[in-house]
Amino acid sequence: MNDVLDVALRLVIVFAVFMVVPLVVGQAEHKVMGHMQGRLGPMHAGGFHGWAQLVADGVKFAQKEDVVPANADRRIFQLAPAVSLLPYLLVVLVIPVGRGEGAVGQAVDAGVFFVLAVMGVGVLGSLMAGWASANKFSLLGGLRTAAQLLAYELPMLLAAASVAMAAGTVSLHGILDAFQWWWLPWQIVGALVFFVAGLAELQRPPFDMPVADSEIIFGAYTEYTGLRFALFLLAEYAGIVVLCGLTTVLFLGGWHGPFGGDGAGWVWTLLKTAVLAFVVIWLRVSYPRLREDQLQKLAWTVLIPLALAQIALTGIVKVAIS
Amino acid sequence: MSQPTVLASDYFQSYAVVGLLAVVGALFVAVAFGAGRLLRPVVPTPEKLLTYECGVDPVGEGWAHTQVRYYVYAFLYVIFAVDSIFLFPWATVFAAPGYGATTLVEMFIFLGFLAVGLLYAWKKGVLEWT
Repeated sequence: MNDVLDVALRLVIVFAVFMVVPLVVGQAEHKVMGHMQGRLGPMHAGGFHGWAQLVADGVKFAQKEDVVPANADRRIFQLAPAVSLLPYLLVVLVIPVGRGEGAVGQAVDAGVFFVLAVMGVGVLGSLMAGWASANKFSLLGGLRTAAQLLAYELPMLLAAASVAMAAGTVSLHGILDAFQWWWLPWQIVGALVFFVAGLAELQRPPFDMPVADSEIIFGAYTEYTGLRFALFLLAEYAGIVVLCGLTTVLFLGGWHGPFGGDGAGWVWTLLKTAVLAFVVIWLRVSYPRLREDQLQKLAWTVLIPLALAQIALTGIVKVAIS
Repeated sequence: MSQPTVLASDYFQSYAVVGLLAVVGALFVAVAFGAGRLLRPVVPTPEKLLTYECGVDPVGEGWAHTQVRYYVYAFLYVIFAVDSIFLFPWATVFAAPGYGATTLVEMFIFLGFLAVGLLYAWKKGVLEWT
């Protein structure tokens, strides 16, 4: 009976985290972007600095009519938001927040592998949306999404493989147990490649070609309204949380910190994740959008060679010290 | 032969929780869509159901022909994806006793082939569009 309760509790916590933390990131984006652009951001909803803005948005989305275009492939069109959202929920389950078995939803042996495989599924949602909408702009957005996935999945995999080599395991717990502070400079190139490629997979600016609003309306999401559109947005912010959490765990040492001991491990994880999320927002404000061919070129001629070089460096150092 | 069975059940137990969470997620989506149906208005008009295209009536079919420039990338991707699948199991053992430098060199040769392939594609101008 205890086991059942334990599992149930974990599922509830993971689900709550999945629902709340992306909203916190979204609200932070409103405010941070506002201040970086010399304005205030939302100030009204909820009273104190517009803290309830996203709750109000959610209420608004839930009341909107759900329009499925007459030409669309109805079932696929309706399922697409769920396909793009749910993989991130599964990833949140396996990210370790603190030391030991208690501080993770569920430890999975093939951690890194599982996480990367499941994250890849999320992009399918955008593809389904792009194809099923029967809209030229959606189709273009969908194809761009596909091309972006093809280009950026690789550097991400290679950078993650470098960490797996350094730790000698693919389990996220194992990687954190093996972590030493000097991995930071050792894996820094891999970390940058992983983070940039992750941003591109999430289609965040400056890699938001698939949803470029000035060219193709809103890419694959053009025809979506109400709740389904809200789920796509939630998926984007959940993606930011997952990417920042993973970068923290794989490259920044997760619960390791310069002081505070084991008990404060989860604080370090959250702090590092929050700083990375801030960087994601910062990049959105700072950089213009890349052109589609520039984007492909960056992946194939910069990130992949860099990732391969990182793997070589990791291999040589690892064999030299063992 | 009882030991492998125990290991297997341990192994799959962690994925059972993953499966359970997937069910929770599916339930959430179903409930959200179901509740949405009760909350939102349904007033379809023919204009509303038209494909959206810059505000004017749509021209031609939605499933249009486009130039698929990405197929070469798809080839490149498949080649490298297979490689990275090999990398993960190799990564966990290559520094273990009994492997070491020889194993590393073998992987370098493998990666070398791939790098030459990428270089060839690059020189051929596959990675340039303009």
